[in-house]
Amino acid sequence: MSDALKSGQAPLYVMAPKRSFRPRLTLALDTFAAWTLAIVWIAPLLFAVWAAFHSTSDAVNFNLAGAWTLDNFRTAWDGAPWMRYFFNTFLLVSVVLAGQLVVTTLAGYAFAQFQFPGRDVLFIIVLLQLFILPEVLIVENYAMVSRLGMFDTVFGIGTPYWASAFGIFLMRQAFKSVPKELDEAARIEGCSWFGVLWRVYVPSAKPTYLAYALVSVSTHWNNFLWPLIVTNSETTRPLTVGLSLFGAPESGVNISVISAATIMSIAPLLIAFLLFQRQFVQAFLRAGIK
Amino acid sequence: MNDLARYERRRRIMYGWMLLSPALILLSLFAFIPSAMTFWSSLFSRGTRRNPSEFVGAGNYDLLFADPTFAKVVVNNLIYAGVTIPVSIIIALAMALWANSKIPARGFVRTAYFTPTILPMIAAANIWLFFYTPGLGVLDQIGALFGFASVNWLGRPETALWAVIIVTIWKEAGFFMIFYLAALQTIPPDLKEAADIEGASRWTYTRRIVLPLLMPTTIFVAVNALINSVKLIDHLFILTKGGPSDASKLVLYYIWELAFSYFDRPQAAALTVMVLAVLGVTAAIKFIILDRRTHYQ
Repeated sequence: MSDALKSGQAPLYVMAPKRSFRPRLTLALDTFAAWTLAIVWIAPLLFAVWAAFHSTSDAVNFNLAGAWTLDNFRTAWDGAPWMRYFFNTFLLVSVVLAGQLVVTTLAGYAFAQFQFPGRDVLFIIVLLQLFILPEVLIVENYAMVSRLGMFDTVFGIGTPYWASAFGIFLMRQAFKSVPKELDEAARIEGCSWFGVLWRVYVPSAKPTYLAYALVSVSTHWNNFLWPLIVTNSETTRPLTVGLSLFGAPESGVNISVISAATIMSIAPLLIAFLLFQRQFVQAFLRAGIK
Repeated sequence: MNDLARYERRRRIMYGWMLLSPALILLSLFAFIPSAMTFWSSLFSRGTRRNPSEFVGAGNYDLLFADPTFAKVVVNNLIYAGVTIPVSIIIALAMALWANSKIPARGFVRTAYFTPTILPMIAAANIWLFFYTPGLGVLDQIGALFGFASVNWLGRPETALWAVIIVTIWKEAGFFMIFYLAALQTIPPDLKEAADIEGASRWTYTRRIVLPLLMPTTIFVAVNALINSVKLIDHLFILTKGGPSDASKLVLYYIWELAFSYFDRPQAAALTVMVLAVLGVTAAIKFIILDRRTHYQ
């Protein structure tokens, strides 16, 4: 049937008039429902942004005519070492991502292109880590990190995430789709295994790297429980932990100031996301993450 | 020639292991050894100055089963999983279908759905705190317009867990939408044309063609949602701290509390072992049964 369509014959059934009204009605209903959900979904965030720029009394009374102010941001900014927290988080996501890229690339390459005994068993063992969550092992990982002398350091927070099973799985999938001929051609040209990896496999997996980097950065920018446990000083504490301490009821700050601090700490990631939204979604789709 | 081939083979084996060694060392240090240690330490009593730690076998597990908080926490987590998993999946699917249809302002709709996903859970909790605050909070103010009395959403045992559940759904549905969106774009348009030609209604098309084709995605999303129902607990630290009277306490939060507030490591270890067992069974089901039917290679 699709052949008939492609060959350009006007199919009779398209002429049937009964469908002229209903599609428009369903489209209107769809649009209404989709927009309603979209507004409901984004409203809490918009409201927090609005509250952050208004005095507490205006915010809680929904005084839409209230004056816009930056006072909350000033109060919030003075209330905690945010510059330090930003820097710590930035350092943390860089350390995590750099380690992950190296470890997952090497492992993914081994799983995708090397034949050796025990490989498939090893792969299943690696995949097990998808389920042995670092979050669940907090007690023993805390002991392990302390034993290794990494307590309250950026490596203490980051290293447990380096051997990401998800990343290894993704890299393996990406490397498997590289044509064998390219690999062989590079070898004939005299490339070492590392040369082949670096010149053939890594460039061909760019969309996967991009998608994985985005997922990794946003995950670790937002991570909380593990950093909470392995940090206890200002010099390593990331934003999320800083934000939770700042907003704790004991510290007695009001809701507008908390909103300002919240908006402030999510702003870099949020702005980056809004700017690169298309690339973000495209990277996901192209990397074929199912 | 034969020697050369054998040499080449051995070299590849060596390279394979060499490439894998960083990952294997790290996984051992931060996943496998800690798992084994957790099991081991769950078999010993909590050492105090007067009573040194001793082997108690299943003693810690017995204590746990006798602990009313444990029962409460497990039930809470079952409700948490039982609600967040299906509801997030259904909302994510609806979002994906809409974000993939030809509605006006589709870009805005997509962004609105996805944005909560990129916020830290702590930030999401701060935002929702504003909604739940009794009297001043947004929910109460909206309720007051309709004449409802003020409700302490986070402070009442009947509502606290639900307030937490709503934040989780809000946070994760948009993330799952992306996977459905990716899958929807792989469905060939011919199928829609064919369904139209056959006069199939939209509902029939969705139910008989789209949903079956999305099955692998649904399984992937469901497994992720299940894992999230164990690990997404950050907002508890802001919203309820597990209260009031454990009404919103979840398993991982209780593990944290046992280990780092009560310093009862053996109990925490025993509870961790149980969580790992549940996750292990999930993994087995996923790899052995479900992956046979989907396609990974």
